[in-house]
Amino acid sequence: MKISVQREDFDLGAEVRAISGNPKIGAVASFIGLVRDVAMTLEHYPGMTERAITKIVDEAKSRWQVIDCAVIHRYGALQPNDQIVMVAVASGHRGDAFAACEFLMDYLKTQAPFWKKEQTPEGARWVEAKTADDEAAGRWTVPLR
Amino acid sequence: MRLKVRILYFASIREKLGRDSEEIDLPAGVASIAALRTHLRARGGAWADALAEPKLLRTAVNQDMVPPAASIKAGDEVAFFPPVTGG
Repeated sequence: MKISVQREDFDLGAEVRAISGNPKIGAVASFIGLVRDVAMTLEHYPGMTERAITKIVDEAKSRWQVIDCAVIHRYGALQPNDQIVMVAVASGHRGDAFAACEFLMDYLKTQAPFWKKEQTPEGARWVEAKTADDEAAGRWTVPLR
Repeated sequence: MRLKVRILYFASIREKLGRDSEEIDLPAGVASIAALRTHLRARGGAWADALAEPKLLRTAVNQDMVPPAASIKAGDEVAFFPPVTGG
C-alpha cells in the first residue's frame, strides 16, 4: 500500500510493478490525471492530505478486494500535460480493480484537501469545485466517516 | 492545559485573509466550528467577507473534514478552506 503526496513526477509502470508481486493478483486497474491546457499550482494541507487519502483507501478496501494499491498526488507548479495524480489498484479480478480505482478517484476529488490555481492569460484564478464531482462521489452512496 | 486553538487557512481564503494560520485563545462560549466562524467574521473587513458564504466554505477539525456543527475544544487544530479541487 503506497500513499504519497509529492512534488516530484511519478512512473506508473514502476508503481504498477511494485504492487503486482502477489501471485493472487490477477488484475491491476490504473488511472492517471493530467494537466490540460493551462499551467497551474496545486496547494494542499500537509498532514490532512495523507490522512484523508488513507481513509479513502481504507473505505475502498472495505468494499472491494484490494490486495495492494498505490495513490500518488503531486503538488506545486505543474505545466500542461504534466501528470497530477495516479491511482493503481491490484486485485484478484478486474471487477474489483476497476470499481475500487474509480471510487478512489471520485473520492480524491471531493475529500482530499487539494486546491488548483490556474495561470490563465487573464491572470491567476482558483479553480471552482464542480457539482459533477460531488455527484460522482455521491453515487457511491455512503459518505466517509 | 492548552487553552488555545490553532486555526489554518488555505487557498482562496488564505489569500483573502493574507495569512495562513494563527493561534487564538478559545473565546468563552465558542464550542463549535459555526460559532468560531461567527467570532472570526465579527473582526469585519476581509474576515467578514472571506468566511461569508457557507456553500464556499469547508472545515476540518484535527485534520478530519467535518460539518459546521462539529464541536471544537482547546488544543484543537481547526481549518477553513474552499471546496477542494484536486484529482
